[in-house]
Amino acid sequence: MNRNIDFSSKFKSANFLSLLFFVVSVLFIIFKGLNYGIDFKGGTLIELRADSKNVNISEIRSSLTSMNLGDVNVKQFGKEGDYLIKIEQKIENNNELIPDIKKNLVNNLNAEINFRRVENVGPKISSELLQSGIIAISLSLAAMLFYIWIRFEWQFSVGSIIALFHDIIITIGIFSILSLEINLSIIAAVLTIVGYSMNDTVVIYDRIRENLYKHTRLNIKETANLSINETLSRTIITSITTLLALFSIYILGGEILRGFAFAMILGVLIGTYSSIFVAAPVLKFFKVSYKTLEKKEEKIVP
Amino acid sequence: MLNFSKINIFLIYFIFLFISLFSILNFQSKEQILIEKKVNLGLDLQGGSYLLLEINSDPLVKEKIQSKVIPLKKMLKDNELNYSDFEIQEKKLTFFLKDIEKLELLFFSKKENLLNPYIDKYNSFELDLKILDNNKVEVLFSKYGLLTINNSALKQSIEIVRRRIDDVGTKEPTILQRGDKRILVELPGLKDPERIKNLLGKTAQLNFRLVSDNEEFGVDKLISENGEALNVSKRIIMSGENLIDAQPNFNNQSNQPTVSFTLDRMGAQKFGRATTDNVGKRLAIVLDGKIVSAPSINEPITSGNGMISGNFSFQEATDLALLLRSGSLPTPLDIVEERTVGPDLGEDSIKSGITSLIIGFVLVILFMIYKYKIFGLVANIALIANLIMLVGVLTILEATLTLPGIAGIILTVGMAVDANVLIFERIKEELKTEKSIIHAFDIGYSKAKITVLDANITTLIAAVILFAFGSGPVKGFAITLGIGIITTLFSAYFLARHLTSIIVLNKKEGEVRI
Repeated sequence: MNRNIDFSSKFKSANFLSLLFFVVSVLFIIFKGLNYGIDFKGGTLIELRADSKNVNISEIRSSLTSMNLGDVNVKQFGKEGDYLIKIEQKIENNNELIPDIKKNLVNNLNAEINFRRVENVGPKISSELLQSGIIAISLSLAAMLFYIWIRFEWQFSVGSIIALFHDIIITIGIFSILSLEINLSIIAAVLTIVGYSMNDTVVIYDRIRENLYKHTRLNIKETANLSINETLSRTIITSITTLLALFSIYILGGEILRGFAFAMILGVLIGTYSSIFVAAPVLKFFKVSYKTLEKKEEKIVP
Repeated sequence: MLNFSKINIFLIYFIFLFISLFSILNFQSKEQILIEKKVNLGLDLQGGSYLLLEINSDPLVKEKIQSKVIPLKKMLKDNELNYSDFEIQEKKLTFFLKDIEKLELLFFSKKENLLNPYIDKYNSFELDLKILDNNKVEVLFSKYGLLTINNSALKQSIEIVRRRIDDVGTKEPTILQRGDKRILVELPGLKDPERIKNLLGKTAQLNFRLVSDNEEFGVDKLISENGEALNVSKRIIMSGENLIDAQPNFNNQSNQPTVSFTLDRMGAQKFGRATTDNVGKRLAIVLDGKIVSAPSINEPITSGNGMISGNFSFQEATDLALLLRSGSLPTPLDIVEERTVGPDLGEDSIKSGITSLIIGFVLVILFMIYKYKIFGLVANIALIANLIMLVGVLTILEATLTLPGIAGIILTVGMAVDANVLIFERIKEELKTEKSIIHAFDIGYSKAKITVLDANITTLIAAVILFAFGSGPVKGFAITLGIGIITTLFSAYFLARHLTSIIVLNKKEGEVRI
């Protein structure tokens, strides 16, 4: 295949689009906020299965409102008869809370109730989990920055980090816009996106570096374009196989993995886009050339 | 890159077979286990409870500081230090004193200091002094004194928690210290955690105290089991520490569930003396500040055996006996995090996890064959080998497979072919300019090597960080993702390369297309 798509001419409009999405995402994250799950907000989550169709959301809700629990959120979860109840944290460390809720539901609902999942996260733990999630993401960014800096030049390092920020912020921004829940598995997804997007960027950067040496007459814009084209079929094929696996999880993997798979699908799409339209243009901005590469070698061998 | 020495080939397949063999261990029949190694299922897949308990050492600190009152006053008096306005506060003792220098000298003496022992381990005294203006003195625990209290309470709590859980008889519980205040408890396969939570939530401090007729100084007003308000003396005749055994039982006459207990020698003596002196009076059996029952002492009990009857069911009697046998917690435990998955949800999760794994796998395999024909087959063989090795490594490590862990395997399937895709695409490019096919493959492999390595190390870094910071199920994801990358590199760079070399070297020029 001899593709020759002129990507570099689209850099400007793509960058504008990226910036727009980025800013919109940041605004949403700041002003609309994130829908934190109990992992990060604290509270109680109960997944139950009722054997009778008589049970409905309003019945579950009304049987709990009498307990004065604060904000109670009930929704259907997967199959008919499966419900997910989320209860805001009100009292700190009450060992009796969950047994009371269970008793209340069993007594008030006219059906056999099977408690499939019960989670309770205290306020202290949830803030610790949030903190360690943020530390993990920051640390992974720092590690990537460092790794690329060692393997390439600082311009490449900056470019890859800008691309990663772009991916993470827009993914989380979409979660904010759609009010999707942010929980521990979303943090796992974000970290995996960091790895995946980086993987994609490295492949293109590697080729750019190689081509800078090979075609010293080409400027960075042309080199980037050539490199993106050369690696394009790999970029597409790997995205397809990864997406095939992810869609399989999204559709068949059950309710618990759905949010994770959705975040990953977004991340793979955005990460693939950013490797081409964010990471590469940054090199153009820094006017990287084969001379940039030589400088480093001179430093090593004086 | 296509030439393999015999020893190379041997090593590649030996490593592959060796690791793969371990994956078979997961399919051993349960009756005849040859080697005790398998992948463990996480709580989210087999069902069970995860509890994080936190000790609260504040009540203990309060208790300990109160126990310093008498030795402190004694020291002050013995040394003719005239103090005034002595006060016992939540975590400190305060008083006024003129001769502060003398106090400091005595207070921080390393010789036979019963009031304020020196802790060698930390190079610090147990207590600290704070001198405020106008000669006010505050006595409080030093940082290391608090640490010592906390650590010993935590150690003791872990021991008691272990005894209680073992006594209930759940299979393979995990009880670990987490940080300096927390205990992690994992109870696989447990259907209803409420009973264990209930058992762990009780400190179970038992004591026997006399019921007093009048409301004199030194009594607590407690409500008895049948709603009667009783004045119970603060003086403890005997506490749960003296108990050797406790068993649930039935009362012969009333057929009511009871708990019978056996005392040690010291306890039997104390109990015997108290019951002899107080025949006719009522004895309150107080558990965690509540009266379980307050029977009358009909005759002296000197045998060291006794019985607690109350309004409880047999289950409650069983639990009470268990609590008394296992001893009391030094301080209350709070359940700060709980995650319980029912066994049927676990089964559903396994089913949907496996289904999506198979479908994802088949889709990727079909796509690769469509895209690369015979070399797609090579990539697919490498992929299958990769999965078998991944399971093998998980088995060797006896890792825990969680639902996100299965997702990690599926993701590995999607991303593993990347290494081969990178190589094949590179070879395609080389074929455009290179006449010799063997040469093109050779160059393709060596040129793609660095890229493949760089690209995979980035994901590996993410996996390692996730492993370090993730908890529970998420850790399982990090494990499968991380190991998946390593097995991917092995299968792409050794297995697939060798298979490719067989095809390329055995076909004539012009027959190989990619």
